[in-house]
Order: sequence, then C-alpha cells, then structure tokens
Amino acid sequence: MAHRSVIPFGPQHPVLPEPLHLDLVIEDDRVIEAIPQIGFVHRGLEKLTEKRDMHQFGYIAERICGICAVGHSCGYASACERMLGIEVPGRVQYIRTILHELSRIHSHLLWLGLLADAFGFEALFYRSWTLREQILKIFESTCGGRVILSINEIGGLKHDIEDSELAGIVQALDAMRPDYEALVHTFLDDNSCGERLHGVGVISKKDALELSMVGPFGRASGVDYDVRMFGDGAYADLAAFEPIVATDGDCYARCQVRCAEVTQAMDIIKELVGKIPHDGIGGRTKLTPADGARGEVVIEQPRGEAYYYVRGNGTKNLDRFRVRTPTSQNLAGLTHALQGVLIANVPMIILTIDPCISCTER
Amino acid sequence: MDHKMSRSPWVIHYDGSSCNGCDIEVLASLTPLFDAERFGVVNTGNPKHADIFLVTGSVNAQNLPVVRQIYNQMLEPKCVVACGICACSGGVFRDAYNVIGGVDRAIPVDVYAPGCAIRPETVIDAIVEACGILDQKEAVMRAGGDPLTVGGAATWDGGVELVEDGFVAAAKAGGAPAGAPAASAGMPAAPAAAKEAE
Repeated sequence: MAHRSVIPFGPQHPVLPEPLHLDLVIEDDRVIEAIPQIGFVHRGLEKLTEKRDMHQFGYIAERICGICAVGHSCGYASACERMLGIEVPGRVQYIRTILHELSRIHSHLLWLGLLADAFGFEALFYRSWTLREQILKIFESTCGGRVILSINEIGGLKHDIEDSELAGIVQALDAMRPDYEALVHTFLDDNSCGERLHGVGVISKKDALELSMVGPFGRASGVDYDVRMFGDGAYADLAAFEPIVATDGDCYARCQVRCAEVTQAMDIIKELVGKIPHDGIGGRTKLTPADGARGEVVIEQPRGEAYYYVRGNGTKNLDRFRVRTPTSQNLAGLTHALQGVLIANVPMIILTIDPCISCTER
Repeated sequence: MDHKMSRSPWVIHYDGSSCNGCDIEVLASLTPLFDAERFGVVNTGNPKHADIFLVTGSVNAQNLPVVRQIYNQMLEPKCVVACGICACSGGVFRDAYNVIGGVDRAIPVDVYAPGCAIRPETVIDAIVEACGILDQKEAVMRAGGDPLTVGGAATWDGGVELVEDGFVAAAKAGGAPAGAPAASAGMPAAPAAAKEAE
C-alpha cells in the first residue's frame, strides 16, 4: 500500500476567495478522502434578530452574502410578507425578479472568471470580470450600490425603477450578448479549457440525488430541479421555463449549465420587462407579526435552492430567522467529488461547486 | 539606485469573516475596469512575497490565529489594510455573538478603508496610502530603525489574546475600542508591548 499523508488545503489559498479548510488525505497524488472544516466565517447573524427589529434585520439578511445579496434580501422580505399576510404589488415582484436574475448573471460571470483563474487562464478571467462590470454598472445606476443594493422593504420597494431604466437594462444586456457568446465559445470549445474540465470530478445522477445536491451543481448531474419551475411570483407569468440540465456530471457540464443559465436569465429579464405591470411599489409595512406567525419561502439562488423561515413573537423583533443555503447542501457532494481525483484537480472541483462559505456559515 | 517598495506593491488577500461583498470588490479593483495592476499591484497567494495585507471582514476565534499567522509570515516592511467597515470595526455584525471585532483585534492595522461594501476606488486609494507607509518603513529600516515605530503598529493596543479553549481572554474581551487610547500614541513602549504579546 502506498504511503498516506495529509495535506492541509486552505483557509488561505490562492484559489479560494473565501476561507474553507480541507484536510486532503492523499495516497501518491490521489485524494483518498477530503475532510472539510468550516467556521472561519461564522458570525452568528441569525441570533441578531433578538437585537435588531424586523425591518433593520433586512439589512443584516442582505449581508449574509455579498454575491447573493439580492436573493437574500428578496427571500427575507417575501418570507416576512408571507408571515404578515401581505400581498405585494405585481411590479414589486417583477422588479425583485429582474434584479435577482441580474445578480444571477453577475454571479455566474464572477464564477466563470474564477474558474478561468483556477485553471490558469488569466486573460479569460479578466474578460469575464470585465463583462461582469456591466451588470454592476446597471446595479449602480438603478440602485446606487454595486454589491449591496438595499432596495427591498418588507411590503414593497424603497424606490421604483422607471420604465426607461428598465428599457436601458434590456438594451445593455443585448449589447453584452455578442461579447458573452465569444466568452462562452472560449470556455466550451477551447481545447485548453476542455482539457482541464472534461471528465474531472464526475458525480452520477444517483449520487447527486442521494447527496441532495441543488442548483447548477446538481443540474449538471442530471437532477431536473430548479425552484423557478414552480412559478412563484413573477416566474408564473413567464411563457415557458425549463431548467437547464446536463448529464455528464463533470466540471465541463457544470460550466455548460452556468453558461446557458446566463443566457436564460437575460431572456427572462427581457420577457419580464416587456410585461411589467404598473400597480405601485408598495412600501414599508406597519404591521407587527402575531405571536407564532410563520412564513416560509424557497427561492432559487445562483448557487441553488435557498430556504427562508421566519417566526414572529408578537413584538417588532422576530422570534427566529433561519436560512438554509445551497452551499451547505452541496458540501457533501464536494467531498464526494473529491474522492479519487488527482491533487492537481482539487482547486478545479472546489470551484465548480461554486462554494459560498459566508452563506453556509452565516 | 533609488529603491522604493511602493513601485510594485504585491498584495495578499485574506477573507476574515466578511460577507464576500468586499472580497469581490478587492478582486474587482485588480481587474481591467479599475486596473490596480497598472500601478504594479500584483495579487499573490504567498505571504512571503507580499508587501500589503488586505483583510476583509471581522475576526472571530476561528480565523484570528490564521490572520495572525499570515501577518507573521510576511516580511518587513509590510502594511495592513482593513478593507470594508467589518474589517475596520465589525460593522453591522459587531453585536453578533461570534464576532470579536475589527482586524485590529488581531494585528496592527495601518490603513482603515471603510465602505459596505468597499468600493474599488477606495481599495486603490487605501493601497496608495499603504504604499506611502511602506516607503516610510523602508526608510526607517535602511537607517537601522525598527519598522514597528511607523504606521499602525506604533499605536496598536495589542488586540485580544485567545486562551487555550479558543475563547477570548476575559481581561481584554471588553477592552477599549481601536484607536481610542490616545495616550499610547507615538510612545515607543507600545510596539515593544505588542511584540511581547506575540
């Protein structure tokens, strides 16, 4: 039997923008087992509900994660609205969905860039991030912030996004398309990218289901599951929605799924902007949750299914806030995918699950 | 020849317990739109190659030793930039039970760069400010002096110490906020105490 040794990976590692520690048990240059260790980003923000009231907590919820910020604030706001029994105007749902889909584009472009960086294609990394800046420019011109938008209130929006601005968003996305297609062409058809991606870290559909993988990571293994297909909120008005699924389950398939999801998000935004109703933007509610009132929401984050739960106790503070994020689901899949791979492919596989540690640990 | 560290400062980035917002902005400041690389700023993964330490997010008991270890592995002259309000003071999470405080609870900070999330312009601004401190430190070292008498280390109160079970030592847990003890400013005794603490 070959000699076994343990290589510590992280928390500070060039490929990781976020701290995650893995103990890689290796035999020669094969990984036998990967033992994750987390807790570097734990802040304990769910307990902050005791110190911040329901409305103030919206700002905390948005800062669970800076990449999925829009999704978290939408999820928290809609969970609270369900708890209070508020029906928000259609325009609010549409604008939330449009911003959420925009953040999906920015998150996937960010991920594509990090992927390129992980396999050493620096120029491609810069290309992806240059394209991503255009989305951030849209965020900045419509909401004022590049990362944290703070547009959601419980019961509505803080400010409207005018029709002319929405048309501008569609125009900017249309202008991005040729550049984006060239980028995707490089990722999916270039030999040097394909060599690093094909057949690496394969997870079968059976394993993916057993490990309850969600999001693009699961869909790349053929799990036909996307929360958006349940048609919640503005998604109900889409003419058609099909989750993007690939069957290979390797790093290439995960890249393929995310590349296609960006185009899908662009189409969704275009369709929603065309149909947007004009029924006001609501506003901050004055209601206080009843004791024991509960609200639950499931939304599709860029990384997969996220679940939000709020419970009131009759005061302005929430009794409990709970969020289950996609990466905590996918960590089991990550350790599974790492078994038996070459140590050189470890950064690749860690990246393709698109780990969001600050979501996971909160 | 006139040597200057600031001509090409290499940076290392570590995410304390930030929400990622500042991390992606730190990275964005290096990519083509903001392009800090035009000033010779290069992102490195090796603490021994780095001149400037960009820390995002607050510190907790789990990552405090990591932050300290990276800092100790860097060679003098070195600078620390606290990127974002969480790294400066704990930000919105300062009341959370697992947050000890800003990065200055772990290591001396030279430049505080606020923002939630920090803007790439602020990151570049902070790096430029840190370059000035690097040059000062270098000048002091060339004259045979102690680099800890320059920048944040000169006035640092020593941060917090973790006891064996991983919790913050009781005496310093509720200690004075960063920068408040004006009495120690410029006193040579302070850096010596900081050294002993390490």
